[in-house]
This record gives sequence, structure tokens and C-alpha cells, in this order.
Amino acid sequence: MSLDSSDVKKIAHLARLGISDDAVPEYATELSRILELVEQMNAVDTSAVSPMAHPQDVVQRLRPDEVTETDNRDGFQGVAPATEDGLYLVPRVIE
Amino acid sequence: MAWETVIGLEIHAQLATKSKIFSGASTAFGAEPNTQACAVDLGLPGVLPVLNREAVNMALRFGVAIGAEIAPYNVFARKNYFYPDLPKGYQISQMELPIVGSGHLEIELEDGSSKTVGVTRAHLEEDAGKSLHEDYQGMTGIDLNRAGTPLLEIVSEPDMRSAKEAIAYMKKIHALVRYLGICDGNMQEGSFRCDANVSVRPVGQAEYGTRAELKNINSFRFVERAINLEVERQIDVIESGGSVVQETRLYDSDKHETRSMRSKEEANDYRYFPDPDLLPVAISEADIEAARATLPELPDEKKKRFVSEFGLSDYDAGVLTAELEVATYFEVVAQECGDAKLASNWVSSDLSGALHKSGIEFSDCPVDAVRLGGVLKRVVDNTISGKIAKQVFDEMWNNDADADTIIEQKGLKQITDTGALEAMVDDVLAANADQVEQYRAGKTKVLGFFVGQVMKASKGKANPGQINQLFKQKLDS
Repeated sequence: MSLDSSDVKKIAHLARLGISDDAVPEYATELSRILELVEQMNAVDTSAVSPMAHPQDVVQRLRPDEVTETDNRDGFQGVAPATEDGLYLVPRVIE
Repeated sequence: MAWETVIGLEIHAQLATKSKIFSGASTAFGAEPNTQACAVDLGLPGVLPVLNREAVNMALRFGVAIGAEIAPYNVFARKNYFYPDLPKGYQISQMELPIVGSGHLEIELEDGSSKTVGVTRAHLEEDAGKSLHEDYQGMTGIDLNRAGTPLLEIVSEPDMRSAKEAIAYMKKIHALVRYLGICDGNMQEGSFRCDANVSVRPVGQAEYGTRAELKNINSFRFVERAINLEVERQIDVIESGGSVVQETRLYDSDKHETRSMRSKEEANDYRYFPDPDLLPVAISEADIEAARATLPELPDEKKKRFVSEFGLSDYDAGVLTAELEVATYFEVVAQECGDAKLASNWVSSDLSGALHKSGIEFSDCPVDAVRLGGVLKRVVDNTISGKIAKQVFDEMWNNDADADTIIEQKGLKQITDTGALEAMVDDVLAANADQVEQYRAGKTKVLGFFVGQVMKASKGKANPGQINQLFKQKLDS
């Protein structure tokens, strides 16, 4: 399986990555090579292996339901580009 | 052509945990903007999510309550999309291995019949923040207090065939999550939200039609209106030669219309993949049994018990058990006064009427169950009449006194002294010779008039049954 230019542009758009038109063929080639590697892996018979959701064979630890965080809004907003009335401001979002 | 409506619902229930699903920030509603948004909720670099045990337990309780399959492992995945109220650029959700698998519940329809609706799955995920589109220097304001609040997304099978069925299902889920204590069900604050997938097909056709998704219809009334409107729209489109497009539509309750938000073709490809920051969550048989052990009496069981234990009708039992608070209140009143039917009538008509009239929520009811039970106890033991009971109740609405104090202070006790009653009866007979004659001539209806006269003279404190008896004795002898 290989990716063409339109696939690359679509993926870049979904990931909000700005890539120049010149770079698209190179990305298409490199990403296609990764897919070739996946194809090689696909060729291995894994019918006796159950799928893993994580490379480590351990399970999630859970935390008790307790409020442990205190308000640090001023600290966080000190590094935000724009704030007002306690809100973070972002370029206007139009529905 | 005759059309059949097909509806499936996705309900988002905010879980009533104290802290967020992946962080120790508070989930309390109504705080100052961004004061409950910690580094994890903001998606700052280097933070890691740690799963809240209580969110898992609550999801398990829901699963057990609907008889769902619960897999030994469930897995969190990243749902990737860009929106400023989702600072990480992905929502942590569940895709292939949700915590709650397939289950079902019964809904009751208006004609008294019931129907089983399938629940496809229910999965845990984090809520997003809120975007405020008022003008902030030409920008959009973001409040991330809600970001990371645990949600249980409950997905139904496309089993509903009318807006009424959809409402019945939604109300059932609403009652269930409140009984389970896993969600406060507050629709105004957004704790309980609903999206509907709606399609139509010719009656008899096996395949489903193309569906539209109606977003965020946040009251029972709007759900019904929005679905009916969308069904009409789809039928119009098809009958005028067009075809329904798969898309997300927003219901506008002011304009009473649905309009397209985005079509699925151009919608984001969410590129789900297992979240490497979280390990699979193991659920043991012991966990499931522990969840089962904490289940309270659920709405259906309670309804059945009210019918068998208190001799209530199916309808009355259904009304009383729809909300846990009301059911609990009723039981206390019934126990206090010893007459369940009287308690049922008062709770579902007099009390709810008074609350409705003054626009007060049940949870803020000024008369608690023990006090109302105290009034009815005095009706049962004939201390006061039903009419006086309403007077005592009105009095209680505005103060904290109990029934006996009010009856005593206002002198509302029924006159039980037979001598005093007899004197009143004699007075009435003496003053109304014409009516006495009419009665003797066979016009026995005037008995009502006589009783009324005594009730008036006694200011409602005579016992109408006893008076009736006395008049009959005197007139028929």
C-alpha cells in the first residue's frame, strides 16, 4: 500500500500540519515506506497471539476520587497569550 | 406512502464524582472560570492522566443495572480533533473495548404496554470545556472547568419507532442514573445530554434509511419536538424526489427548526488509537459482584413493590417511582400516616400541585415527608377532615410547625362530642322546617343541605359522616 499526494495533504490537514507543496512527494514516499514495514509485519501469523492495547503487559492503576488540585489559574494564565475575565482567549471560533 | 421512524439515542451522563476522570481537579458546577482546570485538564506538556476509581465503579453499576456484558478488559483511546475547548487536540474516550457492553431495559408506553430497548454499549470519556462566543476583543473565550469531567456515553440500539418511545427511553435512563446515584440528571446544567440519530424508511422495508444526527437536545420536550420536526423534514425531502444526507443537525428551539451543522463526508476523521498514556483497565468478577452488591432497589422493582405492598394502581406506582426523591418521600408519608392510598393521592396531586404552582423543585419542598405524614395521620384517626387537612397543609407551607401544633393552635380539631353535635343538628332542624317536610315527603336529597349547614356552623370541624348519621337517626325515627 502506498500513499499519494492527496492522502498526504488530507492527513496533514487533519493533524493541522502546514507542509509546503514541494515537500508532499517526499512525505508520500517516506510514509509509504512505513506502511511497507507494517505490511511485512502483517505477513507474520499472529492467530495464536491475543491483541495488546499497550506494549507493557500490566493493567491500569486507579486513583481514589479525591480533589487534590488547588486553583492555580493565575500561574497558568501568566503564560497564556491572551486572557480576559478568567477566560483563555483564542481566535474567534465560528460555528 | 407510509413511513416508519427509526431512532437511536446517545446519552451523555456526567458522572457524579468529586474529582475529574483523569485529574484531581474538582468537578463542582458553577465555579469561577478556569479555577478548576489543572495542568492535566489544560493538556500542558508532560502531564499524565490517572484514572478515577469511582468513575469506573459508577460505570460498572450502570452496566450491572441494565444486565450488560462486562468484558475483563476495557481500553481508552484517543479521539483526535481540533477545537479550542479540547486543549490536548484529542478527547480520551473508548472505542473498540468499552467498559459496558450490550444490555437492555424496559420502557413503558402511554397505552400501558412495555417494550425492550437494547443498549449497544456505554463507555467512559472526558467532557470538553466550554466556548463562550460573546465578543472578547473579537476573540472566543474558553472555560476549561468542565474539561475532564467524567462522562458515561450510553448508546442505544436503533430500537425506537416514535418520538414518544425516545422520550420514554430517555426518561428511563434518567431515572436509572439518578437511582444509581451516578449522575445528578440536571439537564439545565448539562449533566444529562442527548443526541438523537433519526431516519425514516417505507413501512415494511428491512434496511434503515440514511440518518441525521440531532445534536444536544437538552430537555425532554425539545427531544420530542426536534425528532418530530426532523422526521417531517426527511419525509418531505424523500417525497419531493431528493435523498437524505448523512449529517449532523442542530435543533434551534427558538426558530423551531433543525439546520445542518456539518455533513459527515467533510467531518473529521477521528483517527482513534489506544491511548499510550493509559493501560488497559482490568475488571474482575469480584469487581462486578461488588458493583452488583451496591445496587439500590431500581425503578421497576420499586414500582412492582408499591403495587404489591401498598395496593397502588400501576399508574400511581409509576408516577411515584419515576423520581427516587418522590418515591422516598411517599414511603415516609405512607408509613407516618398508615394509609398508602391517601399518601399517594396527596403526594401526586396536592403536594405536586402546590410545588408546581409556586415553581418550587421537589428537592426544595417546604413541607417534609414527616410533617405531611403527620397531617394525614390526623385524617386517618378522624381528628380532622380532609378539608381541614388542606388548611393545615397550607399553614405548614409557610412555617415549621408540625400538624398537631397547628391543629391545636388554630382549634381545628373535629368536634367528637356527640352532645354538642346533636345540639347543632337540632338547631338546623328547628330552623329549616320546610326542608324537614320535603325530606319526610321522600326528597331525601335535602340531607346534603342539612349536613352542609352543620359543617358551616362548625367551621368544618364536624365529622360529615357522623353528622349524616345523626340526621338520619333523627329524621327517620
